[in-house]
Amino acid sequence: MTTALSPGKIAKQLAKKFPEAVIEEGADSLLLKPESLLAVMEYLKTSPGLDFDYLNHVTGVDYYDYLEVVYQLTSLKHNHGLVLKVRCYDREKPALPSVYGIWRGADFQEREIFDLLGIVFEGHPKLRRIVLWEGFEGYPLRKDFL
Amino acid sequence: MEIEEVYSREAIDEREGRQINELIARSQDIIPDPDQWLDEELKRNVLVTSVDAVLGWARRTSLWPVVCFPACCAFEFITTAASRFDISRFGMEIIRASPRQGDLMITAGTLTWKMAPQVKRIYDQMAEPKWVIAMGACAISGGIFRSSYSVVPGYNHIIPVDVYLPGCPPRPEALIYAIRMLHKKISQRSIIREGK
Amino acid sequence: MTTTREIAIQTEPFVVNFGPAHPSTHGVFRMLTTLDGEVIVAMEPVFGYLHRGIEKLAEERTYGGCIPLTDRLDYLASMSNNFAYCLAVEKLAGIEVPERAEYIRVIMAELQRIASHLIAIGAFLNDCGAFQTPIVYMIREREKILDLFDMVCGQRLTYNYMRVGGVSQDIPEEFVPALKKFLKEMPGWIKEYDRLLKENEILLARAKGVGILSKEMAINTSASGPVLRASGVEWDIRRADPYSIYDRFEFDIPTGTAGDCYDRYRVRIEEMRQSLRILEQAAAQISPGDFRSEVPHLVRPPAGEAYGRLESPKGELGFYLVSDGSIAPYRFHVRAPAFINLTALSDMMRGWKVADAIIIFGSIDICMGEVDR
Repeated sequence: MTTALSPGKIAKQLAKKFPEAVIEEGADSLLLKPESLLAVMEYLKTSPGLDFDYLNHVTGVDYYDYLEVVYQLTSLKHNHGLVLKVRCYDREKPALPSVYGIWRGADFQEREIFDLLGIVFEGHPKLRRIVLWEGFEGYPLRKDFL
Repeated sequence: MEIEEVYSREAIDEREGRQINELIARSQDIIPDPDQWLDEELKRNVLVTSVDAVLGWARRTSLWPVVCFPACCAFEFITTAASRFDISRFGMEIIRASPRQGDLMITAGTLTWKMAPQVKRIYDQMAEPKWVIAMGACAISGGIFRSSYSVVPGYNHIIPVDVYLPGCPPRPEALIYAIRMLHKKISQRSIIREGK
Repeated sequence: MTTTREIAIQTEPFVVNFGPAHPSTHGVFRMLTTLDGEVIVAMEPVFGYLHRGIEKLAEERTYGGCIPLTDRLDYLASMSNNFAYCLAVEKLAGIEVPERAEYIRVIMAELQRIASHLIAIGAFLNDCGAFQTPIVYMIREREKILDLFDMVCGQRLTYNYMRVGGVSQDIPEEFVPALKKFLKEMPGWIKEYDRLLKENEILLARAKGVGILSKEMAINTSASGPVLRASGVEWDIRRADPYSIYDRFEFDIPTGTAGDCYDRYRVRIEEMRQSLRILEQAAAQISPGDFRSEVPHLVRPPAGEAYGRLESPKGELGFYLVSDGSIAPYRFHVRAPAFINLTALSDMMRGWKVADAIIIFGSIDICMGEVDR
């Protein structure tokens, strides 16, 4: 059974290394600051005991005040999982760091979030529209589209 | 060698996007069905001559479909071409990828605006005489996806359609019925109309 | 793979476009391949030719009304899509499913796995050059499975059979005897395929050692399903995170060693055999009962989010649903295995020739409805 690691424990572990990273511990997810995203992800992937080597998925949600990106991680070795979230409050030019360098599986998924929600991922080598065509106006998955 | 030296992805994407936007602007109305302009001709030519009969027989007994397989209906078409619902008995088992060698386009799947210029190109490259069967609800009117931002509401915005086949997806028996209907339509065509 | 040769003439790389409409049964997928002679140097996939906006359309439909949309995602494995979506909604709303419905769902999911793998293998062999013969054999078997589905819900391809809280109607009395008859005959057919194909010289020459995906690369690019298992990682959601009643069945997880196209083909054949094993156990254990629990017609889950996932024939299929307490989902996201498996495609193709490119692409087994959504 894939155990969902308790966010509280992980937050305590992270607080030792990255004091300011965690904003909020939800019931089953951790909310991080965008600036500390890359460092925390790298730590989660490489530290023994956590070993999150598999990125299940990256997805974006538009809550009217902010845009949220959700990451689901799994460790194939220990069979445990974790959900992390990042928020972006700027709707005009939302930007977040890309985890392409840590898990290549984020390649197409981040491009899709850029295409459909408009969030720019800095550090992604080829950020371009993927399912819609160049010249399409707007970002369909936003709540104010159509 | 870097890819950027060989082709520029941005230029390809931009050109494709412009093509698509132009096609959207041009295709807001439905192209009238071939029947409507054929009716007047048929009223004048009541008798079908023996030349017509032979040509009609030759055309309808070996219609070669062209590959146009966007979505789910494609698999009902493939199973129709397989051994249980054989379309080889109608002379149609050759599914040609090259549009020059095909007569019939069975549009099996939802058409999106991104794919529309390519389908139009394939249709334009087919040699006359050519026919189109719109297979499935998505091909007739956009189907379950009609209100989406990227779906063409029916193939008849882009190409003229001869036979409409409802279903989601239509059963192979229904597809064979549509093909038989097309055969009837072909045998009614007169050579005098096709002076071109 | 580097080739050294005396260059007497100037050569330049050029681009070949494998256009969106092409004569294989994989759908509208475009590849921009940069070639140096006949060898592929780089490849860029372009898709979106079937993007129908399913995620946006689902936001204006009720939870029960989204089920027909999920059918059309991976249209070769509609039962699995329905199942995954119902798992997610049931997790979100806290709904229990009666036992008979669980058995029916497992039977449908495993039959669907066999049907989908038959097409996957048939299309792969089509690409290898066995033009149409194996796929016609496999469609013959698939028709028997589609007849079973037809008996249950009246549809052959997009079933819309599962509902939140169970299934939409009970299986008729003729179903279990017909299923048992199918289970008696199917192992013989799989043996026939093996006799024709397993040691076939042409298949071995074309597929063994081609398009290798290493274990580290598979994990890093979030591959799942037969693609991941053929690279040597034993990860199957039915074993790692059992959903429904999969913990009651005994089955093995076939894995490959080399991660090449031949291994992916072998993994799929072995998975069909394991599915037959699960089906036999399920058909023996199924007992009378309710086929659906009492669920209001318009389901209103409490505000929150849930991720329900299962092992579909293509990989880990998951639905991430966010609810705000109303009758329609606030956010409906599909974790599409075929989309994510394609991440490694350009690396797998580098260094191979044009003819191998088609085989490598075919061995990943994608379905464009899922890739583009």
